[in-house]
Amino acid sequence: MREAIKLKGETGIWEMVIGLEIHAQVNCKSKLFSGSATDFGASPNSQVSYVDAAMPGMLPVINSEAVNQAIKTGHALNAKINNISIFDRKNYFYPDLPQGYQISQFKSPIVGEGWINIDLGKGEIKKIGIERLHLEQDAGKLMHDQHPRLSFVDLNRSGIPLMEIVSKPDMRDWEEAGAYLRKLRSIVRYIGSCDGNMDQGSLRCDANISVRRPGEEFGTRCELKNINSVKFMMKAVEFEAYRQIEIIENGGEVKQETRLYDPNKNETRSMRSKEEAHDYRYFPDPDLLPLNISNDRIEKYKDELPELPDQKRERFQKDYGLSFYDADVLTADKSYADFFEIVSKGRDAKFVANWVITNFFAMLNEVEKSIEESPVNAQQLGELFDLIQDGTISGRTAKDVFEEMFTNGGRANDIVEAKGLKQISNTDELESMAKKIIEDNSEQVSKYKNGNEKLFGWFVGQMMKNTGGTANPKVVNEILKTLLNK
Amino acid sequence: MSLDKSTLERVAYLARIKIEDSEIEKMITELNNIMKWIEELNEVDVNNVKPMTGVSNNSLREREDEVNDGGYSDEIVSNAPEKIDNSFTVPKVIE
Repeated sequence: MREAIKLKGETGIWEMVIGLEIHAQVNCKSKLFSGSATDFGASPNSQVSYVDAAMPGMLPVINSEAVNQAIKTGHALNAKINNISIFDRKNYFYPDLPQGYQISQFKSPIVGEGWINIDLGKGEIKKIGIERLHLEQDAGKLMHDQHPRLSFVDLNRSGIPLMEIVSKPDMRDWEEAGAYLRKLRSIVRYIGSCDGNMDQGSLRCDANISVRRPGEEFGTRCELKNINSVKFMMKAVEFEAYRQIEIIENGGEVKQETRLYDPNKNETRSMRSKEEAHDYRYFPDPDLLPLNISNDRIEKYKDELPELPDQKRERFQKDYGLSFYDADVLTADKSYADFFEIVSKGRDAKFVANWVITNFFAMLNEVEKSIEESPVNAQQLGELFDLIQDGTISGRTAKDVFEEMFTNGGRANDIVEAKGLKQISNTDELESMAKKIIEDNSEQVSKYKNGNEKLFGWFVGQMMKNTGGTANPKVVNEILKTLLNK
Repeated sequence: MSLDKSTLERVAYLARIKIEDSEIEKMITELNNIMKWIEELNEVDVNNVKPMTGVSNNSLREREDEVNDGGYSDEIVSNAPEKIDNSFTVPKVIE
């Protein structure tokens, strides 16, 4: 079993305790309580209604689709959906919050306790508890770099529906926290309740972290805010754990507070302004009645739940005979899995899995493109595989053809034709070529025959050079073996 | 429970209500009366009564997910004390 990472301090070994709060933008066309749009990147305040701007007398009306997406997500987290939930006002003052309160859910969230499995590598799985999921409004956005002494306020995000998903403090190091965040992102993308885009802020993460001696009571925790990538979250947790250990080992006490992670300096620092605000004076929003959800509605979304990452991975292992690792990589994102299933249809699934992971994903990684942005689609890649499998081109040539397709476009067949890359499997042609090489290099031949077997590779190399790499290596090997060992 | 001066000042600050020093004593008396009344209410045993959040038995009305509002940024900022183009502006706030 995998051991969680423990940290070594001056006075001994420390263990981390981590819980994550994820804010996921619900995939809706309009806002949680108004009919203005939720598109990313619109001009300032162009997607704001009088409700979002908190004009006097405006009343919120809830978006039915946001409720449905929360129910679906709750099911995907193996969680209890509550028949009755209540919207509360969370009161604080900040320029990005025109109402002076955020409509959220405090005592009675729409979704209660659940769990997900996270993958810790080598087929090892750990169950992480979910505390709750609730619906709430997003705040507006402040821009600080437009003016020397003013901040600009854009309320386009104000009122966008968010799901806040709170884990139990079940993670014991940053690897587990990273695996949890990746898995949760994968799940919401599978069911389509959030696009999971961390760059655009559709998915954001706060981390609660404390340290303790192994097995002892939980220590005092700090909350880290402003984390917008998996990598930064893992680094922030590591930095913060060492900071807390140092304080305790020097005889100090960790103060419970909100801290900001600065990815440029890789450090966390105290957010003083949030200290005073910690009393949010929650109370039920008098503008909104309790949300009643019928059992029929709850069951309907349970039945409609698509295949989730864990189920898909198991099916890939079983139906396609893939290893845990390959199946895990291919099902980590729904777009990968869909791509694989199109390409592997009617082809050798293991071969396709291997090729897609080692060559196709590597290429996407290199140019930092998502699978949706790939210049080579599933169909085109499939055509390339057909050329390998029917022996038209060698595996080596296929990589070059793929690179050409990826960089300059074009179909595999056309590129092979145009560049004359067809593999030469014609035994007669290759045999006469081999005979000529042997004739012209009698010195090498006698060395080989006197026991320098490494020279075999040299002969293969000559054949490849003469054919521009298009000779079928298997045929070449056979021919050379026969001729040289005569 | 009775309210002291520092609690009153904290509550006022949280609600961003400005209270003059001369008003403090009067406020404490008034709020303590309200608290006393709430304590009286607390004497009633409501253990087996479901919480009531409203007088009607209606459930929350929901709307379809349709975009039918917004698109008037000039109106949104028209009453703003300070604005540049179609953004509100406030004294710089940076963490």
